[in-house]
Amino acid sequence: MKRFGLISVPYLWLLALFLVPFLIVLKISLSDTALAIPPYTPTLDLSAGWAGVREWLSGLDMENFTWLTEDDLYWKAYLSSLKIAVLSTIFTLLVGFPIAYGMSRAPDEWRPTLMMLIILPFWTSFLIRVYAWKAILSQEGFLNQLLMGIGIINEPLTILNTNTAVYIGIVYTYLPFMVLPIYAALERLDESLLEAAEDLGCSRLTAFWLITLPLSKQGVIAGSFLVFIPAMGEFVIPSLLGGSKTLMIGKVLYEEFFANRDWPVASAVAVILLLILIIPIVLFQRNEEKQREAGK
Amino acid sequence: MSDAAIATAPAEFAPWEDAQATPLIRFQNVTKRFGDFTAIDNLTIDIYEREFFALLGPSGCGKTTMMRMLGGFETQTEGTILIDGQDVAPVPPNKRAVNMMFQSYALFPHLSVAENIAFGLKRDKMPKDQIAARVDEMLNLVQLGKFANRKPHQISGGQRQRVALARSLAKAPKLLLLDEPLGALDKKLRQDTQFELMDIQETTGTTFVIVTHDQEEAMTVASRIAVMDHGKIIQVDTPAKIYEEPGSVYVADFIGDVNLIEGSVTKSGDDHATISWAEGQQDLIGIAHDEIPAGTRATLAIRPEKVNISTERPADMTNIIHGKVLDIAYLGNMSTYVIETPTGQHIKAQAANTRRIRRRAITWEQEVWLSFTDTAGVVLTS
Amino acid sequence: MRRLSWFNTVSLTLGFAFLYIPMLILIVYSFNGGKLVTVWSGFSTKWYGELFRNEAFLDAAWVTLKVAVVSSTIATVLGTMAAYVMVRAGRFRGRTLFSGMIYAPLVMPEVITGLSLLLLFIAIGLDRGVLTIVLAHTTFSMCYVSVVVSSRLVTFDQSLEEAALDLGCTGFEAFRLVTLPIIAPAVISGWLLAFTLSLDDLVIASFTSGPSSTTLPIKIFSAVRLGVSPEINALSTIMITLVAVGVIGASLSSKRTIAKRAKDEQEAIQ
Repeated sequence: MKRFGLISVPYLWLLALFLVPFLIVLKISLSDTALAIPPYTPTLDLSAGWAGVREWLSGLDMENFTWLTEDDLYWKAYLSSLKIAVLSTIFTLLVGFPIAYGMSRAPDEWRPTLMMLIILPFWTSFLIRVYAWKAILSQEGFLNQLLMGIGIINEPLTILNTNTAVYIGIVYTYLPFMVLPIYAALERLDESLLEAAEDLGCSRLTAFWLITLPLSKQGVIAGSFLVFIPAMGEFVIPSLLGGSKTLMIGKVLYEEFFANRDWPVASAVAVILLLILIIPIVLFQRNEEKQREAGK
Repeated sequence: MSDAAIATAPAEFAPWEDAQATPLIRFQNVTKRFGDFTAIDNLTIDIYEREFFALLGPSGCGKTTMMRMLGGFETQTEGTILIDGQDVAPVPPNKRAVNMMFQSYALFPHLSVAENIAFGLKRDKMPKDQIAARVDEMLNLVQLGKFANRKPHQISGGQRQRVALARSLAKAPKLLLLDEPLGALDKKLRQDTQFELMDIQETTGTTFVIVTHDQEEAMTVASRIAVMDHGKIIQVDTPAKIYEEPGSVYVADFIGDVNLIEGSVTKSGDDHATISWAEGQQDLIGIAHDEIPAGTRATLAIRPEKVNISTERPADMTNIIHGKVLDIAYLGNMSTYVIETPTGQHIKAQAANTRRIRRRAITWEQEVWLSFTDTAGVVLTS
Repeated sequence: MRRLSWFNTVSLTLGFAFLYIPMLILIVYSFNGGKLVTVWSGFSTKWYGELFRNEAFLDAAWVTLKVAVVSSTIATVLGTMAAYVMVRAGRFRGRTLFSGMIYAPLVMPEVITGLSLLLLFIAIGLDRGVLTIVLAHTTFSMCYVSVVVSSRLVTFDQSLEEAALDLGCTGFEAFRLVTLPIIAPAVISGWLLAFTLSLDDLVIASFTSGPSSTTLPIKIFSAVRLGVSPEINALSTIMITLVAVGVIGASLSSKRTIAKRAKDEQEAIQ
């Protein structure tokens, strides 16, 4: 009986506040827009009994999804989100791997400090960290001041309000998510494996290529998913650093909902975004499980 | 212990006694410091081809550092290391004809057993068919043919140890370094593997340098043992010599069980020395190759199994100690008796249990006489 | 004994410079006298003064703090229960769905979580305000708590609990007297994580907050959307400092605990 209570409290909470809301999104995505409150039809009228349910069901259709496929704004937004998420994941990997590698090679007594320095930004407000780049990337910003000061450029570069700024923002804010799993994998790596490789005739570089890289694969995969998945639905970074031409699906959804008050279309956008993300999420979970089993 | 001492390499193999033989490895006045810590202190030693050479000592004595310098993973601070007449200081590990078997085995977890063994051969750009043949040969040598396609985590600890051995032997190195190769195995498996190692060393004709803290293991496998402490070699000798005639109290105490009887020298010469050690007890005689001035403090080291125990005073023995039985440890094949002398010293004697336990003559609190010959113990001044 | 190669030194230096320079600039320019945030015009703390006179910010900060404390506390209780169920309850009907609901919010895009919760609140006719933000924050942060706590519970030796039962504890007593003190560090870090997540959250709060319950991130977002403002710099500096003090303090104290433990163990051996 006690066990039942223990299970049912968090279970019911999640059912009511996670699963049910999601089903509502699914349902509204199949409804039509209306100038009413709530701004969609049909609404389920349970007082009409079975007839009401039947009427409600017959009112649902795939219209919003058809609409999404016809309007190329959405197509472009999905594709552009995908492109930005993939590219910024690659950039984050390129920046993050050397850091994780350097940390794993650092003297033992430094490691807790380095670790803390990587985690610290993670506890700091996401919004503030994105905001910090506004002053750096703007026309009169510090980056342009620096580049013009040392004479690399004569004209200030336009970086803020472009996709470049979005890439920088994503790399910056998600860097810890990339560094930590790679560092965890590299730290587990027994140094005698590299010595053994050298002993058997490898140069340091081949030892890195044949031993270090394959053995950090799991960390790289985990880190990439941890960056890719949230980057795909990112809203804050494109709205603060991106320009009017930056199309990201999170931003489109937000605007569809608040600016256009088109709830059914916003819901349909959300459903499709989730469908796109299910594949990487499942792959990520599988990678984690594999790692857990390998750890046993 | 005495069994192990007998089972050493054939007596005729002793290049270290041949002035003409050129050593494979020469350490000349080698010192290695890590910051303030001196790991190896002005060490000079020669190791010959086909030797099975053991570096024995407690942890932190510098034995692992010595081996890592041979492997190329550490560079000496001072002095020269020659392998095959060549100064190896500038040669990186991947260019040395030396291979190492790591204490952790360091098997690559993402590669199969066969791929692990082939790893070094591939680096040498050996043709594919030759690699396959060599891998098969090595798998047969360590009897792991069936496990070629398994990953390291799919085989047992003993099998992993053999894969590591096969991998380090695959390139047919001149010199194989083994860092505590049997440390991770349980006792029974360790004993079997010791003999296997000796067989493989003999078949391949490779020079083996093994690092161990297990004296029994060193005694079993090695042709010579270097006993190390604090970065210095205390004694280098065959296992039998190390056991029978330790050069110092440290070595005597480190290897096997020993009684250390302190006293002062009364007479010396003719390969023997006499010490007086306790009031009311007669003086004891042991081996001393060098003459020791009378009055010097010295220690007689005598192995328990060389001490006889009897209930009556023996007539024809040079060394006799009187006392009573304090403790008896029954070990199955033999018993160890701890005897307390009237002056409170404890001395151990061992006797084989040739009779059933109930018929044993000696029991607790009984007055007994211990005796041993004048060549059974050694008199040591350091 | 180990030294860093030049390559590793360079990559670590550049990496940490990349992570910290933007925040340093933010902090330095919060003490700038001028209105322009990219031109230095003398040291001043006037923006801090402005900030503390800005009632809208202070109100938002108060709402945010209330929401964070309440939601992270509920989330810690629920998340610990959920972790206990995941690790200890064994098989039960609907277990797969349960673990799915625990892990899914961790990877769910915030816009979707926010949208779905808003639609729920509208469907059941719940007015948006502090309560709805608390419900929303509790839901996603309890999942984080349960992941943190269950990773500790997995390595927890179950025989300790069995020993407590053997010595006469009831199930709940065994949990309270044995399990909880041992997993307490994980529970506390779970609470801290939930607290920070709630303080930081912009997207879900924008969906679930009402006109009278603006949180600090919403306030900051609408202020910085248009450009850079020195007041926000001052606010950011305060938040960064608080977090830095907290994280550094926590890591120092854990270091001391580890060092003390090592020393105790050393002494016990001797």
